[in-house]
Amino acid sequence: MQTFDLEAGSLRELNEMLHAQKDDTNQTAWEIVNAKGSHAIAVGLDAPIEVTIKGSTGYYCGGMNKLATIIIHGSAGPGVAENMMSGKVVIEGDASQYAGATGHGGLLVIKGNASSRCGISMKGIDIVVHGNIGHMSAFMAQSGNLVVCGDAGEALGDSLYEANLFVRGKVKTLGADCIEKEILPEHMEILKDLLKQAGAEANPDEFRRYGSARKLYNFDVDNVASY
Amino acid sequence: MKDDRQSFVSQTVPIQSATFTNEVNAEIRRAADTGIYDIRGGGAKRRVPHFDDLLFLGASISRYPLEGYRESCDTRVVLGTRHAKNPIELEIPVTIAGMSFGSLSGPAKEALGRGASAAGTSTTTGDGGMTEEERGHSTKLIYQYLPSRYGMNPDDLRRADAIEIVIGQGAKPGGGGMLLGQKISDRVAEMRNLPMGIDQRSACRHPDWTGPDDLEIKILELREITGWRVPIYVKIGGTRPYFDTTLAVKSGADVVVLDGMQGGTAATQDVFIEHVGLPTLACIRPAVQALQDLGLHREVQLVISGGVRTGADVAKALALGADAVAIGTAALVALGDNDPKWESEYQKLGTTAGAYDDWHEGQDPAGITTQIPELMARFDPIEGGRRLKNYLKVLTLEAQTIARACGHNRLHNLEPEDLCALTMEAAAMARVPLAGTDWYPGKAGF
Amino acid sequence: MCGIVGLFLKDKSLEPKLGQMLTDMLITMTDRGPDSAGIAIYGHEAGNSIKLTIQSDNPDDDFATLAENLGAKIGAPVSIQRKDTHAVLKLSASKASEARQALSELYTSVRLMSAGDTIEIYKEVGLPKDVACRFTIPQMSGTHGIGHTRMATESAVTTMGAHPFSTGPDQCLVHNGSLSNHNNLRRELRREGIQIDTQNDTEVGAAYLTWKMQQGSSLDEALESSLDDLDGFFTFVVGTKDGFGVVRDPIACKPAVMAETDQYVAFGSEYRALVNLPGIDNARVWEPEPATVYFWKH
Repeated sequence: MQTFDLEAGSLRELNEMLHAQKDDTNQTAWEIVNAKGSHAIAVGLDAPIEVTIKGSTGYYCGGMNKLATIIIHGSAGPGVAENMMSGKVVIEGDASQYAGATGHGGLLVIKGNASSRCGISMKGIDIVVHGNIGHMSAFMAQSGNLVVCGDAGEALGDSLYEANLFVRGKVKTLGADCIEKEILPEHMEILKDLLKQAGAEANPDEFRRYGSARKLYNFDVDNVASY
Repeated sequence: MKDDRQSFVSQTVPIQSATFTNEVNAEIRRAADTGIYDIRGGGAKRRVPHFDDLLFLGASISRYPLEGYRESCDTRVVLGTRHAKNPIELEIPVTIAGMSFGSLSGPAKEALGRGASAAGTSTTTGDGGMTEEERGHSTKLIYQYLPSRYGMNPDDLRRADAIEIVIGQGAKPGGGGMLLGQKISDRVAEMRNLPMGIDQRSACRHPDWTGPDDLEIKILELREITGWRVPIYVKIGGTRPYFDTTLAVKSGADVVVLDGMQGGTAATQDVFIEHVGLPTLACIRPAVQALQDLGLHREVQLVISGGVRTGADVAKALALGADAVAIGTAALVALGDNDPKWESEYQKLGTTAGAYDDWHEGQDPAGITTQIPELMARFDPIEGGRRLKNYLKVLTLEAQTIARACGHNRLHNLEPEDLCALTMEAAAMARVPLAGTDWYPGKAGF
Repeated sequence: MCGIVGLFLKDKSLEPKLGQMLTDMLITMTDRGPDSAGIAIYGHEAGNSIKLTIQSDNPDDDFATLAENLGAKIGAPVSIQRKDTHAVLKLSASKASEARQALSELYTSVRLMSAGDTIEIYKEVGLPKDVACRFTIPQMSGTHGIGHTRMATESAVTTMGAHPFSTGPDQCLVHNGSLSNHNNLRRELRREGIQIDTQNDTEVGAAYLTWKMQQGSSLDEALESSLDDLDGFFTFVVGTKDGFGVVRDPIACKPAVMAETDQYVAFGSEYRALVNLPGIDNARVWEPEPATVYFWKH
């Protein structure tokens, strides 16, 4: 286990060391202490290592993550796992806004609540939130799956493309072109699998699926109010 | 008025309205037919104060010129010296602006790379991500970081020579929202993660930050991901250039790219292009002033774009304080866009050479702004690269000619005092005196 | 374009440390706002006195005889305690408006930073750590306070462009974000007779609240109506005599983090500002909802 103290060493040193790890590294377990809300911790990782962060992080923790598993024992600031390509990011506490923004792949698990704009512009990432999500979540979400065991705030899935949104609790309001849709067997498979991967106890039968009505895919002047 | 007696009576000549012109009326009819705004490519077409309204003074009894052949005139510039380990070294102060694969064909991007590399300068990716052609053919490639984040990934980020965070562009500062007619082919759809054949909706703000205080943290993240190796550019459309330049610098930008309203776009609402954003000429002095007030002129470099066409434009931008310029539309024209040899095809599309701007429909007869294989086949990327290289060479020679005539052995020694203005507007915007006078509007508080 | 901090103490034993705690939080936010900084500290009441915090660009000249001259003009004693370019005047509460009038007549270049029973506002151009040091903020004690570091957007970097802005007795406002209709509002408020000195959008926000309260709204109500009348992006933190309030615009893009324990309620633009507060590891940490007014008071 490699330990790095962000009070003793700099962010640059930390990220440089983590970037130096390649596919075949034998330094696969890392622990970062004294995170103290610092920004850009463990960004741009590109190796199958496991990084545990003690404490809460600032903005963009795990940004553009590839292959690595990052576990935050605390809460995460804005933009956690933004643009993640693959790998896994787990947050024991809450996530601030833009969690998983524009993520292309991998799995983001938030055990507490996520704030506004969770999964904004998602492009293939899977996000599972044990608690609630805030307003404008999954805005312009293109693909991937967002699973919410709690409630969702205003304007869920506004301007949605093809991402699947599964919500167990109440949805305050739906955004433009977002509608409730049937859960077919293939969706149930995805949902069950993601709940399992995220260690969420929720009953999959209690979820509803939301997706794009696809009315904004080709312009029709009668839909102009939705834009 | 008709006279029944059929003798000759003077009649009034039909008078067209300057307000309700033929173009305006046609547009009103089109709007009434379709219920949607007009979308087109390119930059502002209407006449606005521009570089043509400025002239160089040249040599005189008080100022001696340099010989054209023996006495050198240096054209090199380095961009991104402030923080990056590997700043961008260019042979000429003319770069190729961001244009997406998707709006341009693969061969067109290849041609830009070939031509720019042969001339010793850089190209820039666009709103669609980095293609193998571009990276392969460009010795220096700037990678755009846009609100859409189409195709964004850390591998491309790390193999880019610089990163350009796009906040806006001159054609549509603040643009986003609904953008129709972008017909998405399967290659484009895959890169952008969108269903094929649909209208693309564009985000106007970045998804994970708002404001220069957050931008500072985003720049930190990008530097950390790329090991602080490459310069970070910040690109803005021409709106509040003084404040925007100041804020870009305070957020950590190494280079500021400022794009005026004549700057082109692949497609946006015509009303946006023509009625939002400043002319390029109006952007330069305030941006330079901001850098000077911060004590960072020449340390944070300024790249100006939007309607740069000739070596005179290049020289004038540099004289006003820019470190380099970027060309977009001009590069496409050099490659063969809107060439009169396709006139019969333009006519079939309801337009004419020089006016063709429905690039979003992807029917470009020149094979440049299209994804249709038969049309793309008309464009030879190697020939295109050669043409671009030639054109860049001419821009450089013209600028050098002017600089030498003004007594300078480096392009970057051109200064505002080498210029005079032909109109009040240009004088005010460029803060350069009217020809034959020592006065411009705004001088001494007027 | 800014960093905001706020601290409201529930535990009286922490009061002597208020200034130090707030200063540390403010310094952490320096990156968000290197241009200027300001702090409002709510100290202890002093009987029937009110405090006027003033600022001068020529403090040596202005402050030398100010207390005497002012006291003579209003016919009541005025004490002055100087700190660098600022000074705190203490005088009888019954003479408050007379004193303000007299001050503006006698000393046209002296600016009034705050007025009230307990509030003192200090703000200047410069880095937060330097500003705090100049005014000995770390040594100050009090019940609550708010602070601000500024990155100017559309107006100049000047003393008067810095936050907090006073909105009334014992009241002030700090802002993170950018209002888009501040020019029109400024014109309207000026027509209503409100004095607005700078081109700063925040000053307009403060003037708007002042005006609403002059029209009879409570601060709560004024903040509620600001959600309709102000356009743009804003996180507002307002200081009041009893505590502080927070409101975010409906789009809520500008950041806001709160932390609460038995000892305090704290606000920061980033979690980083809160990390050194006592007991932060076990604090309840959350983000205020958009378009919702929050208040904490003693």
